[in-house]
Amino acid sequence: MAEKKKEGKLSEKAKSRIWLLLSFLAAVALWTFLSVLPQTARSFPNIFVTLGQIPVVIERGILWKDLSSSLISVGAGYALGFVIALPTAILMAWYRPVRNIIEPWIQFIRNIPPLAYVPLIVIAAGVGRRPQIIVITIATFLIMCITMYQGIINIDETLIKAARVLGAKDKDIFLRVLAPASLPFILTAVRLGASVALTTLIAAESTGAFAGLGMRIRSFNNNFETAPMLLYIIIIGVIGITIEKIIKLMERKLTGWQEKREI
Amino acid sequence: MAGEAGNIKVHIDNVKKTYQGKHGEVVALNGVNLDIKDNEFVTVVGPSGCGKSTLLNIIAGLLEPTSGEVICNGHKVEGTGQDRGVVFQQYALFPWLTVQKNVEFGLNMKGIKGEEAESIAMKYIKMVDLEKFRNHYPKELSGGMKQRVAIARAYAANPEVLLMDEPFGALDAQTRTQLQQELLDTWEKEMKTCFFITHDVDEALILGERVVIMSARPGRIKDIVVNDIPYPRNQETKMSPRFLELKNQIWAQVYQEYLEIKK
Ligand SMILES: Nc1ncnc2c1ncn2[C@@H]1O[C@H](COP(=O)(O)OP(=O)(O)OP(=O)(O)O)[C@@H](O)[C@H]1O
Ligand SMILES: [Mg+2]
Repeated sequence: MAEKKKEGKLSEKAKSRIWLLLSFLAAVALWTFLSVLPQTARSFPNIFVTLGQIPVVIERGILWKDLSSSLISVGAGYALGFVIALPTAILMAWYRPVRNIIEPWIQFIRNIPPLAYVPLIVIAAGVGRRPQIIVITIATFLIMCITMYQGIINIDETLIKAARVLGAKDKDIFLRVLAPASLPFILTAVRLGASVALTTLIAAESTGAFAGLGMRIRSFNNNFETAPMLLYIIIIGVIGITIEKIIKLMERKLTGWQEKREI
Repeated sequence: MAGEAGNIKVHIDNVKKTYQGKHGEVVALNGVNLDIKDNEFVTVVGPSGCGKSTLLNIIAGLLEPTSGEVICNGHKVEGTGQDRGVVFQQYALFPWLTVQKNVEFGLNMKGIKGEEAESIAMKYIKMVDLEKFRNHYPKELSGGMKQRVAIARAYAANPEVLLMDEPFGALDAQTRTQLQQELLDTWEKEMKTCFFITHDVDEALILGERVVIMSARPGRIKDIVVNDIPYPRNQETKMSPRFLELKNQIWAQVYQEYLEIKK
């Protein structure tokens, strides 16, 4: 009985693998189709031409430079965004005045595309690494702070009561109830933040960066070099999905006790 | 630890509670007086909104009365205390802890850790018949099993007074009957003072030595029915003439309150 169940599960896994493969093949087919269609052929060089650009961009000495530059900006901005978002979210959940003042700001800024405020940041912070990090910090802070805050204020109050009647003091409530109860939301925030960090890359690197995936895409665009441009776009996608997979794995390890998964 | 039989364990003295609601002031309780004897099993019935939960939360120390006071063990109740345990209707188990760790929570708060905590926890997990599930997370349990864990958790912390707010309200009839029986068995084994809220007159009569009937608007004690049916009680007790007589007597009063509210 138990074995049968296991078998069923395995084939379920195999099935999803097959679907993934099919999805991938369909994407390649669509891509190939676009590469022969006259209207789109120029923007979509076929898969061999595109992947053939890998040695070229390595030879030109730009791939590693761009990759490392972007990863540094994204990593630093994202880390900074997290470090600011976590205590802000906790303070917002804890103190009503903090919440009432800050929440409208966040809601307001959140809907503005980062590209719109980039010039202001460049004027204030100059060009180079600094404005890139600032743009990513702002964008990731906004999404992470709001996600964590929503999670923390929705923690079931009876859990806190239950802990209190069992003798928990404030410190225990914080460490043994609020912290584990908010962990799922923190991880969700981390995942959404990573995605925002990457989608903000182009805006961040439009601040006069000297290297970077986003900056390079713009410069390829100016020279009508569609093949390396497409390659870079795919590289960003691969980085994104890899980070997401890693965080999902972490979520499963750390919050497997959860009733249901959201978002 | 427990005082002599007949001693007053909980003394509720002229308790009043008003809430500041959106539509003005709500008087949830007014002039509530009640003495609960050591090791006594008191059940409370009354229409929805009459202030039963409010009273329980005040005894637990989770709410402060607007005026009046509660004396437990000769001390004025100010905040929660480990002499009083609570079982909530919504189970309120910590979803990130296994069954065993949930039951150990109150012990840990008392500074009991490691093997000692484990052996005490296991005693109560056995009591509610969940040995096989000690390492399961709450999400893997049925409603009845979750409530058993909540009861084991409350017992393990070894309070002298056990406050229960419709603990079986969300369960199906069979599970409820079974848990009532288990609760009675445990109460007879480990004498504790029990304050048990229910909507169900049958449940109030199977469990309680006295049944407190509350009236609504403002919530006060309307009548206290002494239930002289001897223990051990079981399902057959529900057929006895005395049971039916008391049931009619209580039901008539509760029904009158429902009508009162409808007006
Ligand atoms: N936090 C609150 N703010 C304002 N009013 C409240 C609050 N909590 C309870 N009340 C009001 O106080 C009254 C008593 O509520 P309580 O929850 O004690 O009733 P109850 O007897 O437990 O009802 P039920 O049987 O439905 O659980 C109700 O009229 C309710 O609307
Ligand atoms: Mg209630």
